[in-house]
Amino acid sequence: MTSIFDSLQITFSGLNLDLMIVLPAIALMGGTVIFLLMAVNALVAVYFERKVSAFMQDRLGPMEVGILGFKGGKRFWGGIGQTLADAIKLLVKEDILPNDADRVLMILAPFIIFTGAFLTFIGLPFAENLVISDFNIGVFYIVAMSSVGVIGIILAGWSSNNKWSLYGAMRAAAQIISYEIPIGLSLLLVVLVAGSLNFGDIVQWQADNRWFIFHSPFSFLAFFIFFISIVAETNRTPFDIPEAESELVAGWMTEYSGFRWALFFLSEYANMLIVSIVASTVFLGGWLSPLQMFNVLPEAWLFLDGPTLGLFWVFLKAIILIFVMMWFRWTFPRLRVDQLMYLCWKVFIPFGLANLFFISLWELLF
Amino acid sequence: MEEQLLDKSVIETGEMVLNMGPQHPSTHGVLRLKIHTDGEVVSKIEPIIGYLHRCFEKHCEKLSYEQIVPFTDRCDYLASMHMDHAYSLAVEKLLDIELPERVEYIRVIISELQRIASHLVAVGTFGLDVGAITPFTWTIRDRERVLDLFEALCGARLLYNYIWPGGVSHDLPPKFLERTIEFLEYFDPQIDELNNLLTTNKIFIERTADVGVLPPEVGINYGVTGPSLRGSGVNFDLRKNEPYSVYPNFDFDVPLGEGIMGTLGDSWDRYYVRVLEMRESAKIIRQAIEQLPDGDVHAALPKKVRPNAGEVYGRYESARGDVGFYIISNGKNIPLRVKMRSPAFCNLSVLSEISEGWMISDIIAILGSLDIVLGEIDR
Amino acid sequence: MTFSEITDHIESKTSGKISLIEGKDVIQVTPDNWLEVATLLKDDTSLQFDYLMCISSYDKGNNKTYGAAYNFFSVQLNHYIEVRVEVEDGTSIPSVAGLWRAADWHEREAYDMMGLHFENHPDLKRILLSEDWEGYPLRKKYTEPDYYHGMPVPKDKSYWD
Repeated sequence: MTSIFDSLQITFSGLNLDLMIVLPAIALMGGTVIFLLMAVNALVAVYFERKVSAFMQDRLGPMEVGILGFKGGKRFWGGIGQTLADAIKLLVKEDILPNDADRVLMILAPFIIFTGAFLTFIGLPFAENLVISDFNIGVFYIVAMSSVGVIGIILAGWSSNNKWSLYGAMRAAAQIISYEIPIGLSLLLVVLVAGSLNFGDIVQWQADNRWFIFHSPFSFLAFFIFFISIVAETNRTPFDIPEAESELVAGWMTEYSGFRWALFFLSEYANMLIVSIVASTVFLGGWLSPLQMFNVLPEAWLFLDGPTLGLFWVFLKAIILIFVMMWFRWTFPRLRVDQLMYLCWKVFIPFGLANLFFISLWELLF
Repeated sequence: MEEQLLDKSVIETGEMVLNMGPQHPSTHGVLRLKIHTDGEVVSKIEPIIGYLHRCFEKHCEKLSYEQIVPFTDRCDYLASMHMDHAYSLAVEKLLDIELPERVEYIRVIISELQRIASHLVAVGTFGLDVGAITPFTWTIRDRERVLDLFEALCGARLLYNYIWPGGVSHDLPPKFLERTIEFLEYFDPQIDELNNLLTTNKIFIERTADVGVLPPEVGINYGVTGPSLRGSGVNFDLRKNEPYSVYPNFDFDVPLGEGIMGTLGDSWDRYYVRVLEMRESAKIIRQAIEQLPDGDVHAALPKKVRPNAGEVYGRYESARGDVGFYIISNGKNIPLRVKMRSPAFCNLSVLSEISEGWMISDIIAILGSLDIVLGEIDR
Repeated sequence: MTFSEITDHIESKTSGKISLIEGKDVIQVTPDNWLEVATLLKDDTSLQFDYLMCISSYDKGNNKTYGAAYNFFSVQLNHYIEVRVEVEDGTSIPSVAGLWRAADWHEREAYDMMGLHFENHPDLKRILLSEDWEGYPLRKKYTEPDYYHGMPVPKDKSYWD
């Protein structure tokens, strides 16, 4: 498996340039791609979320704002310019720093969170050979990088000098760190079976055998533990207690506004995309076509199965998972802090550990 | 160094005072709760009210009896009809006048529609308080239909000024009864839908069952009334206990909390009583429409309201509980004193009793289940 | 029980502690006897007024006498009574907050609005108005202040124009 980074390096190496110029250039290109991806993802996902929530609530959602005079359809896809307008509004909005806040940390915090999300994209596979940099420890890298954000959350909550923010930060810290464990245990199960931390190898294993979700009853269970835990990890309802709009006003981002708040927003939706792509890669076969399992396609249609449509399949699976997360958000009430902790420590972690044990047995026996 | 860290005088753990409100998403208006917390656990809670005080009782000393009606509208802005009805009943008791049958029936229909509208907001915002957003938009959508009916009735959607001492301002508009029946036909399945979405949701039950248990005797002692008290299993409804208007003519039940999901009198019971009450209200409306007699609604409207000197205490079962109007007249057309007994005022006073020891999230749930309206508490 | 039965019963238990007002179904009690009568109303098995509905303060209009009207209801026995306690300005009424917790806030409101003092109230302070408000607005002789914390108080329409 090659990566974008490698292929760019090969391309540039033909030009006989100094490595000190080539490497920053490649890094810059990669960074721009990631940033654009995050921005576009936020724009699309926010619009998607608004429309999904609107249809669940018997509303229409945004219908007025268009792009260059094009408003979109009358019934479903109206108001396609709404999120763009929102983004512009956030960028030009007054940026407020409270007097008694810790100014340095408060400015720093959103960038730490953003950096966490940003760095995660480096190891994230979008399709076969379509990954910024291909690590042999990809899974480990992503788990590590996605936990960087919690430092930013704690800093944001503490530096705001606001009691609501402090509560939000404490809740977030407890919640995110706790839910890392079931996520880790579920991923460990996959790593154990596939024998590699590399996403390419994991997907290759699934191509050779079967999707992990269907591999054994234990991996089936592991997928659900993983999925619920990533919903908690990304602070979405029913696990959105750090923000808990009706309790803590806005939790750890109470005092933020304008551009810095936009960074939080960007990171939140970027995290949703990251965890959904990880879930679809690790458990749902990544860039493998679901049609492959049934072998029903005639000869001429086989390109659907092949790597050409890998990007499409990864995003389709991720979008379905994102939709399910939105579905959760607009139907469920919020859990309480202790119930959330109960779910993690007394349900998911024991089940995760037992899962790990039984899958080892399963591997030995079958 | 290690000893220093463990020393309590260096690292202090203590209570934190948290001001929830007056501007807060879940205090249902401008209520301020001074909460003493130890971590997430609330050790003491003190409601501070008065941010919406509009001198209702002082205004009443300068207004004639008819002019007070728009002010009662504004007391409980989610159930304005109930306030008007309660006030009109008290004034009529003071004037000692008989109303035409038709007026009484119209008032019952309108009041029960208002009860549905008010409970829909209560139920929806309770869902919002525990984090479910969609039930709120659904209930608001259904409430909109009731407001449309009221708009056809008197032109206003929130503050109606429709029920006057001695009658109502207009007779029913054409097609009103048909539209009401149509609404009821539409509304009954919506309750089932709400039950599916919210009432029987596992997370919702986890959040509300066993939380904020109000024992019946504590509730009565604090003067808690309405659905909040009936949630504790106390069969106390003025429509049955002290029937007014034409309520004896109707066959309806008073839903009581049974502790289905947890302890008797928990937040879930208080919530569910409201859901069941909406069905009962629909039942009453159907009967009232069937029995509605003809007649002139303005027949009993007094030319000028000038009661004899005396006092009266009128009681009324509003969506939030037992509304009382204590009116002292000195024989002029302006009352000497109007005191309103607001149900939410008493319902709120029990908050500090039942919510100590719970977490901040539970405080929100308990507050939501008590269904307070600040306009009525602060007057 | 009807009103006359209730008054007879109270009379039989505490002789001479209550008085009736001519032509009204109201009991009048002096502040000195009030706590004893209140205890009887709450605890007597045939009265059982467990629900204090309302405390309405009122001004008799002579700048001197103020009163509180207590409306009771018995949820168990389904009967009703109104009791009035009238005091001169400066003397206080015994608080019944220990008997009915509902009285706590209602007495605070009566204090806030009418300036009635309740003896042994757990926390007698203003409830609807701000802590630093001067005067008792529902008294007939009350005049609105011209300024509140430097803000002019609008007294007629010309302020708004």
